[in-house]
Parts: sequence; C-alpha cells; structure tokens
Amino acid sequence: MRANCWYGKQDMRVMDVPEPKLLNKQDAIVKVTSTAICGSDLHLYNGFVPTMEQGDIMGHEFMGEIVETGSEVKDRRVGDRVVVAFPISCGQCFFCKKELYSLCENSNPNAWMAEKLFGHSPAGIYGYSHLTGGFAGGQAEYVRVPFADVGTVKVENGLSDEQVLFLSDIFPTGYMAAEQCNIQPGDTVAVWGCGPVGQFAIRSAFMLGAERVVAIDRFPERLRMARDGGADTIDYEKTDVYDTLMQLTGGRGPDSCMDAVGLEAHMPGPLYYYDRVKQAVMSESDRPIALRQAIMACRTGGTVSVPGVYGGLIDKMPMGAVMNKALTIKTGQTHTQRYFQPLLKRIVDGQIDPAFVVTHRMKLKEAPEGFALFNQKEDGCIKIVMTP
Amino acid sequence: MTSEQSEQPRRDQRRTQQQEKRGMSTQSAQHVPETNARGRLTQEQRLANSLGWFGIGLGLAEVLAPRRVAAMVGVSQEHRTLIRMMGLRELASSAGILNDRSSAGAVWSRVAGDVLDLVLLGAAFTSGRSNRTRLAAATASVAGAMVMDVITAQQLSRGIETRGGMIRISAALIIDRAQEPLYRHWRELSNLPQFMKHVMRIEMSDDRRSHWVAKGPVGSTIEWDAELTEDRPNELIAWHSVDGSELDHAGSVRFEQAPGGRGTIVAVEMQYRPPLGTVGAAVAPWFGEDPNQTVKMDLRRFKQIMETGEVITTQGQPAGREESTSWKYDHAVRQ
Repeated sequence: MRANCWYGKQDMRVMDVPEPKLLNKQDAIVKVTSTAICGSDLHLYNGFVPTMEQGDIMGHEFMGEIVETGSEVKDRRVGDRVVVAFPISCGQCFFCKKELYSLCENSNPNAWMAEKLFGHSPAGIYGYSHLTGGFAGGQAEYVRVPFADVGTVKVENGLSDEQVLFLSDIFPTGYMAAEQCNIQPGDTVAVWGCGPVGQFAIRSAFMLGAERVVAIDRFPERLRMARDGGADTIDYEKTDVYDTLMQLTGGRGPDSCMDAVGLEAHMPGPLYYYDRVKQAVMSESDRPIALRQAIMACRTGGTVSVPGVYGGLIDKMPMGAVMNKALTIKTGQTHTQRYFQPLLKRIVDGQIDPAFVVTHRMKLKEAPEGFALFNQKEDGCIKIVMTP
Repeated sequence: MTSEQSEQPRRDQRRTQQQEKRGMSTQSAQHVPETNARGRLTQEQRLANSLGWFGIGLGLAEVLAPRRVAAMVGVSQEHRTLIRMMGLRELASSAGILNDRSSAGAVWSRVAGDVLDLVLLGAAFTSGRSNRTRLAAATASVAGAMVMDVITAQQLSRGIETRGGMIRISAALIIDRAQEPLYRHWRELSNLPQFMKHVMRIEMSDDRRSHWVAKGPVGSTIEWDAELTEDRPNELIAWHSVDGSELDHAGSVRFEQAPGGRGTIVAVEMQYRPPLGTVGAAVAPWFGEDPNQTVKMDLRRFKQIMETGEVITTQGQPAGREESTSWKYDHAVRQ
C-alpha cells in the first residue's frame, strides 16, 4: 500500500509498504478515506522531535472504514465508518477510567524512553516518533488501530468526511483548550496562533460563552478566517500584542489566554533570535515566545491554556508573573475520546461545520508537496486534507 | 477538627500495621535481605570514590608540579600552563564526584576530561620534542582510567547498586486491579514469560521448585533451578535459585493494597550475582541488557496484561524500511 514516510528533516517520501496486520486482539484495520496533515506534524518535518526513524509512517488525523477486527473488538464491526482519535488509549487504566485518555498508562510500548525525558510517559500516538510508541500513522491507505472500541467514533453516512475528520484531533484540541479556560459569561479570551487548532479554539471559546475573542497571528488569510469566526484580530508584526490587548481590555488583560502556537513560535525583534540561536545550539529545545506573551498579558487570577506542543526545555519562563498574578496554567495532549460524542452532536446539530478550515485538497501521493506548502504557509494554506 | 482528631488514631494504627507487614515480609524473605545499610557505599559508589581521590592526587600534581608531570608523561616543559589547566579540570571533576558519589554526571565529566587528555596526548605525538616511549605509557594509563570511568559512569547512570558482589534491583508499579488476581497470575509461574521478556520458559518441577531458561548476554542462554522460599497468598511470593545454579539469584514480589482503593502496588525486589562479576555486570548493558530497565518494562507488561488482557506491541507493523520495528527504540526487540 501507499504510505507517507518520514526520511529526515524536510524529507517526506511516499513509499510502497506492506499492508498492516492485526497485532493485538483489540485491533482493527481501517481503510483510510481521508487523512490530514496536522500542524504538529510540522515539528517532526522540521526535525524538532527526537526519536524519529527513517521510514516511519506519518499521520495522526485520519478516518475511514473498518475492514478487519481482532477477536476482542466488541463494539465495532467490519463496514463501520469511523474517525480515529490520535492518542491510543486502553480504556482500562486509572487515567482512561477518568477520561484522561491521552495519559493512558498502557498504550506506549516505549514508555521507558518518555519516562527518561518527562518522568512519566503519555499515551501512544500514531505516527509521532518512537517516544510515543512508534505506531505506524494514518497518512497511508490502511492503518492498524489498537483498542478500536475505545479509539474510534462511529459516524453516520449523512455527514461528509471533511465535516467529521477533525474529530480525530484539531477540533477536540481547540475545544479542550477553550474548556480549560473555564470561560465565564462576559469573558474576553485571547488566542495566540490562528492555525487549525487556533481556529477551533476561537469557535469553541464562543460556543462556551466567551463575549469576545482576540486572535493573534501574522498571516492575513488566517486572521481573515479568525474574523469569519467572530474574533477581533491582532497582526503581531504590525502592532504590539501586549499594548493592544491592554487597550482592548482597559488594562486588565484577557480573562484567559491560549497558546495555540507551541515550540516553533515566531515574533519580530531580537528575542526571537535569542531563542532561535539557543534552539539551534540545543541549549533549549522549544521557543516559548507565544507562551511568554500569553503569561504576561493574561489578567491576574486568569488562566493560560496551552494546546500548543512543547517537547523539552524552555528558557526565560516568566514564573514570577505566573506566581504573583496567581495564574492557572492548563495544558496536555487532548483527551480526544472524551469529546467524540459531545462534539459530534454539535456537528450534527449544525452548531459548527468543521470543514470551514480546509483550504487544500490533494492525493496521498502528493504528501511531500503538501508538507512543503503547509510548512511555508504558501498559497494561503491552513489545512490540507488528503485522500488515498 | 473533631472528625480529624478521631480519624487520627485510626490512621496511625493502620500505618503501623502496614509497616509491620513490610517489616515481616523483608524479615521472612531470607534470601532478599534488606540492605538496611544506606550509610554503606555500593560497589559503584566506592569505585567513584577511588576515582575521585585518584583525580585529586593527579590534579594536585598537575597544578603544583607541572614540570615533573611533563617529564613523567614525556612532553615538553613549555606546556606547563596547559598541564596546570588540565589539573584544575581534574580537580573540578573529582570534587564533583566526592561531593556526591552517586552522581553519574560528575563521573561523565571525568570521561569528557579523559577524551580531552587523549586528544592532547595524541597531539604531543606529532611534536619532535616529546618522549615517545613515555607518551605511549601515559596514553595507555589514561585509556585504562577511561575504561574505569566509563564503566562507573554507566553503572551510576543506570542506577545499578552492587553490594557484596550482588546487583540489587527494585521496581514498583501500581496496577488497577485487586491483589488476588495479580497474585494468582504471578503465582502461576509459567505465565511469567508472557511479560518477562528475557525469560524464555519456566518448567515446574513440583509445587515449589521450577526450572528457568533465560536469554543471557550476546545470544547465550542461562538456566537455573529456583525454589519458592515464601508464598503468602495475595501478598508475597519470594524465591531463590538453588545451590549450585548457574545463576545466583533471589527475588520477591509484593502485592500491597494501594491507598484509596486504587488497585495494588506491585513491588519487585531482586538480586543476583552477575555471571562474570562486576566487570560482567558493567559490560552487559553494552549488549542491550540494563537490569533496572528490564524489570521496570517487565512490570509494565504485567500491568498491560492484567488491565487490558495482553501486551501491546508494534512488532510486525508496516514501515518504509526493511524491518518493521525500530531496533534502536523498541525495548522488547532490543532484548
């Protein structure tokens, strides 16, 4: 079958690989109908995530039809149309029972590696380095889905792929980020980063009762999409973010702030180069520019929610601001499975049509071109969906 | 306040009971003696200690008598300043080691220093004013010291503790199941190879004795006979290898109710005499066997079986390369 494989920094190759087999009794094999490139895939593409191996199959946002099930799969049948959650979760451990699916204790066969880096291991993730299990990913024609009963949601035929595909990651990720903000009526919420997750965070913040959302980015098309979602926007290359936010909120600051940017942040000015150089010589792994701004701008007693991906160590973390302003920081990989039903219902009820985020459609065999386009943010690229 | 006060004695009582239970388990499992000797240094720490004092001596000589050191090593006298600097580096590393004998970082800094020394000695070979014979001897000594440094640093990094020639391993993992099914699964010794990746098979000779076949380093196999020394249903299983076995080994697994009804804490303690002594133990990890890691991963697989019914694997999945699984990263395959 055809699969998009990682071969090195900015080197993706579509290759012919063997089809997946059932390896565990709770596995299912899914024939992919739609698969997407996630913003977090770019961190792998740009070589910021360690423990990638040449030939690893990429992709953790995918959906399709179940074509085979293991003997212990109980609630899914061949022919079911399903969306797959990006974290792999057993449904049986302490964390899964608490619906903290991305913290599953049993799904990462390489837990020992993550323990060395983080103290404990998160769940396994499709196509996201050997640190999270080295599972073959979803940018392929077929994928093996472990714990299929837990990790998939069945969808009706009335909805298009593009309407439901993002239940796999970015919609729940943006939603969870907004939920973590504990939004109260009348709140102003600021969102750093208007990529796909940022877009869903903006819309989710409104769904959860925010009065005003301020979105921060530098790409006109992304800011435009944010405005379409009802947000006020700040182009951080044209205006000072902190000053503008204070202006908008009468000096109090946004009630909650979301960092939907993560470890490859940009900003004008020398501080960017400070982080870029430190990152290049490996004296810090992540550039927390958006996070620092969010902490400084957030109102006292407010919440900073971090859906953006961080992988290692950051520098110049304004902990004094966090402490003295009594901020709450909430973060985490998304507990995707927890949001399957509630968000599917919002789609069915017509509260949101996630297809709005799609700007490019291509074939799986064009994946390397897609990665380059998305990475360069050329041609107004915000979200790419690929079909086999 | 009142409710807390009335709660207090009961909590204390429970704690004492638990402590008693622990005390009993270590006392009666004779073959897993509690080291109970935190003050006593492990072999690894003692090795680090010697390296530290050796470094202090060498460093002082380099700083105070660089001419003599230059003559001894066989390099030109004009490198005095360089030798003094090397001495300072040596003193800094050594002070770090003696400050905390369990810290691998300080010993690794010695390894880095060794590399630097070797590079400089190599450079000295190209100089016409060097004494080649003395240089060769000095290079051999540094290389020898480096082997000791690497072995010590690696063992400390891996948290390996050897006392009296026995390597001691302990690991614990919380499993969201009651004590009874966990004990039952473990007590059926033939189940152990399901999650103990280095154990190939276990044959029961009778109810208390068993024959073990395990993978050794570099493709070898090790076999031994083991005997249960204690068996307390739902609480503790302890075993040791019988006299004259190829492997001198003892272990125990304790099943302890976790607080708050959150399942069971499964705690494994093992000790074994490495087949080739300390050197064998130090070299074995180079061939992919890190005993601490192995036991932790074994426990993790036991948890997977008990909580989800099987060990989750990626072996056999597709990839755009020859082998489907990464040898570098997949721990199960590395063994």
